[in-house]
Amino acid sequence: MKRRDFLKSVSGLAAGAALPIVPEVISSAYADARSETLLIVSEGGPNNLDIHGVGTNVPGYEVSWNCYDRLISHEMKSGPGGVPYYDRDKFKGELAEEFKIDDMSVTFKLRKNAKFHDGTPVTAKDVKWSLDRAVSVGGFPTFQMSAGSLTKPEQFVVIDDHTVRVDFLKKDRLTVPDLAVIVPCIVNSELVKKNASEKDPWGLEFTKQQTAGSGAYKVTKWTAGTEVIMERNEDWACGPLPKIKRVIWRMVPQAGNRRALLERGDADISYELPNKDFQEMKASGKLNVVSLPFSNGIQYIGMNVTKPPFDNPKVRQAVAYALPYQKIMDAVMFGLANPMFGAPKDKPTEVAWPQPHKYNTDIEKAKALMAEAGMAGGFETTISFDLNFAGVNEPLCVLVQESLAQIGIKTTINKVPGANWRTELNKKEMPLFTNVFSGWLDYPEYFFYWCYHGNNSVFNTMSYKSAEMDRLIDGARTAAAAGDTATYDADVRGFVDLAYTDIPRIPLYQPFVNVAMQKNISGYQYWFHRRLDYRAMAKG
Amino acid sequence: MLTMIGKRLMFAIPSLIGVVIVTFLLTRALPGDPAAYFAGPAATKEAVEQIRKKLGLDKPLIEQFFRYTNDLAHGDFGNSLTTGQPVATEIRNRLPASAELTLLGLIVSIVIAIPLGVLAATRPGSWVDHLCRVTTTAGVSLPVFFTGLLLVYFFYFQLGWSPAPLGRLDVFYSAPPTVTGFYLIDTLIARDFEAFRSALSQLVLPATTLAIFSLAPIARMTRASMLAVLASEFVRTARASGLSPTTVIVTYAFRNAMLPVVTTLSMVFSFLLGANVLVEKVFAWPGIGSYAVEALISSDFAPVQGFVLTMAVMYVLLNLVIDILYGVIDPRVRLEG
Repeated sequence: MKRRDFLKSVSGLAAGAALPIVPEVISSAYADARSETLLIVSEGGPNNLDIHGVGTNVPGYEVSWNCYDRLISHEMKSGPGGVPYYDRDKFKGELAEEFKIDDMSVTFKLRKNAKFHDGTPVTAKDVKWSLDRAVSVGGFPTFQMSAGSLTKPEQFVVIDDHTVRVDFLKKDRLTVPDLAVIVPCIVNSELVKKNASEKDPWGLEFTKQQTAGSGAYKVTKWTAGTEVIMERNEDWACGPLPKIKRVIWRMVPQAGNRRALLERGDADISYELPNKDFQEMKASGKLNVVSLPFSNGIQYIGMNVTKPPFDNPKVRQAVAYALPYQKIMDAVMFGLANPMFGAPKDKPTEVAWPQPHKYNTDIEKAKALMAEAGMAGGFETTISFDLNFAGVNEPLCVLVQESLAQIGIKTTINKVPGANWRTELNKKEMPLFTNVFSGWLDYPEYFFYWCYHGNNSVFNTMSYKSAEMDRLIDGARTAAAAGDTATYDADVRGFVDLAYTDIPRIPLYQPFVNVAMQKNISGYQYWFHRRLDYRAMAKG
Repeated sequence: MLTMIGKRLMFAIPSLIGVVIVTFLLTRALPGDPAAYFAGPAATKEAVEQIRKKLGLDKPLIEQFFRYTNDLAHGDFGNSLTTGQPVATEIRNRLPASAELTLLGLIVSIVIAIPLGVLAATRPGSWVDHLCRVTTTAGVSLPVFFTGLLLVYFFYFQLGWSPAPLGRLDVFYSAPPTVTGFYLIDTLIARDFEAFRSALSQLVLPATTLAIFSLAPIARMTRASMLAVLASEFVRTARASGLSPTTVIVTYAFRNAMLPVVTTLSMVFSFLLGANVLVEKVFAWPGIGSYAVEALISSDFAPVQGFVLTMAVMYVLLNLVIDILYGVIDPRVRLEG
């Protein structure tokens, strides 16, 4: 090779690399496609298109929500900052044209014009089959159904082709709300049965790969880990035809790139960015950033109350006075959270959850409490967190470590890989840890039932047991079902007070759901599942 | 020749068996419980047990191993739990993406590195030699994800010259019908030139990132082996016989210097194929590296085993090809089992 040729080829290559390779003439079809297409970028994508599947992940819920219909759904109300927010207490029919709640059952009349994506009409037997499936497949869907006392196929009764009755097992305020969560979605039973096998009677393998519902969108292409493409269902019967024709959802693992895509105007919506990015984007004002508190959700510091030293309430209170609450709000959350600490001394306990506790950072008081507990010399322990959420958890734990050192508690930070976190929680051996819990159903007794009740569920991560607490939680549940407001209010106040005196877990803040979108995107709605509802969105 | 190839392949079998056993054991030794992970955030202990049973993880290890090898024998790599797809399909779909990127990166790298190395060797101590030294040192000392992010920042975010780092094609183009799996070739076969252009422009930044990283070993090896050859007696003889410098360098010296370069190339290629995980992450590239890492993070056994096995097979094949190439370049090298 001659040197001259070589240099020529090298400079040619360099020029080629630097040339803006953008189609000069953007065809009109291309531009049209853009204006009716919503391009979402996020870190992770679905692993299963069916929420009834084995181990369907959270992004999979978003697909299910938009591609399947449920019998009922929630009305919208105006939430914080005027953003539409689902109304916990108001239901509207989705596949059901009307519904009537009686004392021990609820009857649904189905829309006669509702059709599945393949054109077959939605009938009562599809509804029964789908609900049977949800309570029978096991794992998460069955668990979620049982939270609303929906456990037996016998509870779902076909009256005629377009009428279904759901019988209550017992009086439970959560039964009807539980029919409006993502899980009880209505599946095309004939289509799925055709593709089921003896080993897989509910056809989970089939619905994993494609959507078989009647929802406003259907998945037309899914490349796991890369993209999901959804097209509008032109015959959707359960609401006004959505404005977005096509949804392209791309997985972009790099948070920095997701932000760049948004700021350059290439992507329409993104979530799952670091708080710092959201805060900066908010400040710059180029994009719309919506931040809303997780409903019924709290990030907390938990302590294992079965083992010393945290079996001593004085030590737990000392920790509660030693935590650097405000620093965490400023340096970790960048203000994107509701503080759950430092309520005024004289503030009466509300019948609401979450609500702030009255502890504040007060190192002197913490030291005094440690001395009272006979621990003036301090002790050593470990603080654990889930590496999947290291962006928040790691700086949070470092701040806690620093603060606890001031009252003599020496902590080592234990980073638990995401795959291992649930196993560790289940073992209930970690002495000190941080975690988030949030419930789909927004009721105080629901949260307390999972997190504080002596039946020791996975989320009672502290292994907290108290007869008084159980009495109050059970009391509130019964009172709610019976509509006894006075007892209910007293019990809710009672368990909140007890949780804050005994303080087995210390609430830090209520995190925000952050979504950043272009200025021309409208119609974002907050849902209890915190994922996007494309049906209400519009572009331009 | 054919018997040689057959013999070489035979020798690869024990190492593949070893790879199967080791990956199986290693993945089981990973921390984390896939059943708990996939049972979801709200699972009870019973739900976790149900999932464990469904996944067959409640069986003794030896039984799991025999089931695994039996499936392998039938060409079934198992199912990935994170993506929900059969591993064999996933690898088949993702390997071309990684291979296209890696090959292009390697070609760019060769086109720059080999002439640079040759020039540096013919003029030791000159500015070309220094340039060679500086570029290679810089290239090898910059971590790939950093170079990648830097390129994205300047060429996409600041200048807007490069398309959005969103994988292999612009989102509004559809992928060409699969023939080779290489978009550059498939789009040409389909005569879809707009898509070809899009695929090429998507490739520029990630391929450049890889090229910058792999410049160093190739350029250094070329320079060193050229220096050795240029100092040898037959080059002196050729020069003394009055042959033109081009003939001496290209025909005589370069051909003889190629053996170690080819070895390096094979090393660099196989290394890049596995190690471009970070580049794939930065550019949202749907390749095999990012797939394996995601699986590893979520304790998803099947893809990790499939990935390691695929890589092992690729190494074996690559080594074979290199050995054959040796014979072509230098007839003195005989293929010996």
